[in-house]
Amino acid sequence: MSAAELTDLSILELSKQLGDRTISSEEATRACLQRIEKLDPKVKAFLLVDAEGALAAARASDERRRSVGGASPLDGVPVALKDIMLTEGVETTCGSKILKGFVPPYDATVVRLLKQAGSPILGKLNQDEFAMGSSTERSAFFPTRNPWSLDRAPGGSSGGSAAAVAARLVFGSLGTDTGGSIRQPAALTGTVGLKPTYGRVSRYGVIAFASSLDQVGPIARTVSDAAALLQVIAVHDPKDSTSARDQAPDYLANLEQGVKGLKLGLPKEYFLPGMDPEVERAVRHAAREYERLGAQVKEISLPHTKYALATYYLIAPAEASSNLARYDGVRYGLRVGGNKGLMEMYFQTRAQGFGAEVKRRIMLGTYALSAGYYDAYYLKAQKVRTLIRQDFASAFEQVDAVISPTSPVTAFKLGEKTEDPLAMYLMDVFTLPCNLAGLPGVSLPCGFSTSGLPIGLQLLARPFEEALMLRIARAYEREHDFFREKPPLA
Amino acid sequence: MPAGEFQPVIGLEVHAQLLTRSKIFCGCSTQFGAEPNHNTCPVCLGLPGVLPVLNRRVVEFAVRAGLALSCTIRQTSIWSRKNYFYPDLPKGYQITQYDRPICEFGKLKIDTSNGGKEVRIRRIHMEEDAGKNVHDPAAGRSLVDLNRAGVPLLEIVTEPDLSNSEEAAEYLKALRDILVYIGVNDGNMEEGSFRCDANVSVMRKGSTTLGQRTELKNMNSFRFVRQAIDFEIARQIEVIESRGSVVQETRLWDVQKNETRPMRSKEEAHDYRYFPEPDLPPLHVSETLIQQEAASLPELPRAKLSRLQSQYGLSSYEARILCGEAAFADYFEQCARNYRDYKKLANWFLGELLRLLKEEGGLVSTLKFTPEQFFSLLSFVDRGEISPNSGKEVFAEMFRTGEEPATIISRKGLTQVSDAGELQKLIDEVIAKNPGEVQKYKAGKTQVFGFFVGQVMRAMKGRANPAVVNELLKRKLG
Repeated sequence: MSAAELTDLSILELSKQLGDRTISSEEATRACLQRIEKLDPKVKAFLLVDAEGALAAARASDERRRSVGGASPLDGVPVALKDIMLTEGVETTCGSKILKGFVPPYDATVVRLLKQAGSPILGKLNQDEFAMGSSTERSAFFPTRNPWSLDRAPGGSSGGSAAAVAARLVFGSLGTDTGGSIRQPAALTGTVGLKPTYGRVSRYGVIAFASSLDQVGPIARTVSDAAALLQVIAVHDPKDSTSARDQAPDYLANLEQGVKGLKLGLPKEYFLPGMDPEVERAVRHAAREYERLGAQVKEISLPHTKYALATYYLIAPAEASSNLARYDGVRYGLRVGGNKGLMEMYFQTRAQGFGAEVKRRIMLGTYALSAGYYDAYYLKAQKVRTLIRQDFASAFEQVDAVISPTSPVTAFKLGEKTEDPLAMYLMDVFTLPCNLAGLPGVSLPCGFSTSGLPIGLQLLARPFEEALMLRIARAYEREHDFFREKPPLA
Repeated sequence: MPAGEFQPVIGLEVHAQLLTRSKIFCGCSTQFGAEPNHNTCPVCLGLPGVLPVLNRRVVEFAVRAGLALSCTIRQTSIWSRKNYFYPDLPKGYQITQYDRPICEFGKLKIDTSNGGKEVRIRRIHMEEDAGKNVHDPAAGRSLVDLNRAGVPLLEIVTEPDLSNSEEAAEYLKALRDILVYIGVNDGNMEEGSFRCDANVSVMRKGSTTLGQRTELKNMNSFRFVRQAIDFEIARQIEVIESRGSVVQETRLWDVQKNETRPMRSKEEAHDYRYFPEPDLPPLHVSETLIQQEAASLPELPRAKLSRLQSQYGLSSYEARILCGEAAFADYFEQCARNYRDYKKLANWFLGELLRLLKEEGGLVSTLKFTPEQFFSLLSFVDRGEISPNSGKEVFAEMFRTGEEPATIISRKGLTQVSDAGELQKLIDEVIAKNPGEVQKYKAGKTQVFGFFVGQVMRAMKGRANPAVVNELLKRKLG
């Protein structure tokens, strides 16, 4: 099998071959590394490639498969991580200058779980600084490009994670999703991106943006691959007090059971006048497909949707303003003006270490929490958050899942929205409510625009019903294998 | 007499370090005195990505303290973040409790020279301590030690119920005794494990509006608390009398200058931007936990004090000293089960035992001898088998080694001779050797009697029973 054919395999296909020992993990890892070397200068998904570490893990995996058998289906399957996840001994920057050179002394729980499962980790993927952005143009280092059109953004903030999977540089990756940061780039790159229920995956060792919204999730080329990756990381973690205690079900077991008899809701608030008509057409078509497959699709209402954006942009920056206080130049990362007194050190370190978008959100959040404004902003936002959660709770009394577009538009040009923060914030208008309500959500490919750009379909389900959500996603994917389409990279 | 026209109003905030083995949100040791930054981990260093996990013991201790101070325990309390920048605060925020603390509406009775008073306790909440900045001016740098960062604290806040420095000091003593009694705090003010801030204001007598208050810090002994409050009351009265106005500020007690002075800081008030800590779910305290803590609550100092007086017929002074440490009083009661002369027992405790503990160090909880050995020693003295002075000597030896009193007595040959036959022989010899003194005695110089006793005791190396010697001598000399 050629290197290019090899990297076209899905995780489960590769896993089978590794199990049959027709391919070694070292071969698979080298194939990825070759492809990264050839294509990443164009895509720029990676902030750091750890060839040595990945190959060592691959050889260890091959040895394990030879002697005692695979530690998990993922044993030997190379993956990569958004740079927001701490990796022991490997620089972790979160896309920010303020953490340039920071080498963590410990692994995030999800990283530990992947290592235990036997996955070689190819490196760290680009992102918007501190996950604040929807295009990966807010990385302090360089923008990542969309493999489907290199002058376009891959979405964000997990743009590197999505682009690397779409460009077949890796078999799968992990991203984080605070307001759509997994699902939106997945939609814009034609990949499958899943945000688990809040609490399903440990946040320990994942750099906090907005603690009550952040979740780690997989990005992969197929629904089944996403399920297999989720299986590895959906484990209770005593180091995260918000981690769910119940054991995760087998996400692959019922994947092929179809949608017959299920009820799906199409929220009328998720079809806006300004959205791309091609996106709307593709999503409505997907809804009809579900009906053809035996599901019942009905229009539903989530009346507080219009407040979600404002609510999110109070809560997330408020938490971020506190979470980012620790980057002060005292203990790690960048320090500027250390010889000029404490205040000057604080000011200069943070002025030079943080980018414009991060500063904007720190200021928004600080304002929302300030004495005299707290009740009007933060507290009110929390109340609206409850209303949004209740919207979903009553919707899920009528339907088993909600289907909608993931993003109102397809991939946009680099630079197109960077001058207008509000236009950028609107990119997340369909993905934010899910985080505010703590629900699981997934984006999967549901077609292409006439200009050949991927379109994403979003499914949302009840808390901890990832298995059902994946099953619904898989039912569509089985009929429409858009994932076999390859981006036009040389 | 201006001071008489003013009424001071004082409220106290105590920060008490909890005696847990590990920190509040990670597994690091709370041991005092380790190498700087030795007791740290990613969590208490505030590294990126870390999350807090609550130490359940802290909650148990908070509930215990709340019950001991007659508080209402909140079933669901909330953790909050208090945001401010300082190098000893690694996360840039302190995890604490703000609008829904674990305990509220408590009270504590104190005794003062004007009689008793009940001080209302507004709230008790749990929080993490910060680290410590160490300044090294010679090298032109400051260093940060985060060993203390994350050590659990209780903050105990009174209503402004105290009217003078004496009440403040009495409240603090009573509070400290309780916290030490229930085993949640070591009460050490010098090392800072029991710290106090005071909010002080004055108002004209009869007024109903409180004056502007100042917050006093850096008072690490009861004496300093009294001095600082007295100074501050006088200072505020003087400011008002000279038509000035008291500025709301934080003032530090200056031990050298015996005065309070404003802390160097920015004029504007801090905005801590409190908000609920998203990394910790609301804390639920079960009825079971409350009952379990209530059941394990020991007798509190006030109750013990009055019981010891009535049960053993002790004076208030004796009882107070015995109750100074719960273990001391407990040990007394253990001994009192066998030994029924409580007054005498108390004398031994207040005298010899306390003296040795002070001079040679050691804790009541780790005494080398048992109550049974103590009882056996006292019986030797009571039976007259050894003299009271020898008793003290044996006691000291037993204190150091834990040896049986009988062994010590026989090794040292301290047994008192009461045998009339043996002593009679000796007395006869003494009288025979000192005819001149006998004559003096017979001539009415009865002071010479002491001389004969001394001679006998010397010959016996102090082991003769003085009562028997007296008796025999009197009979002999007629």
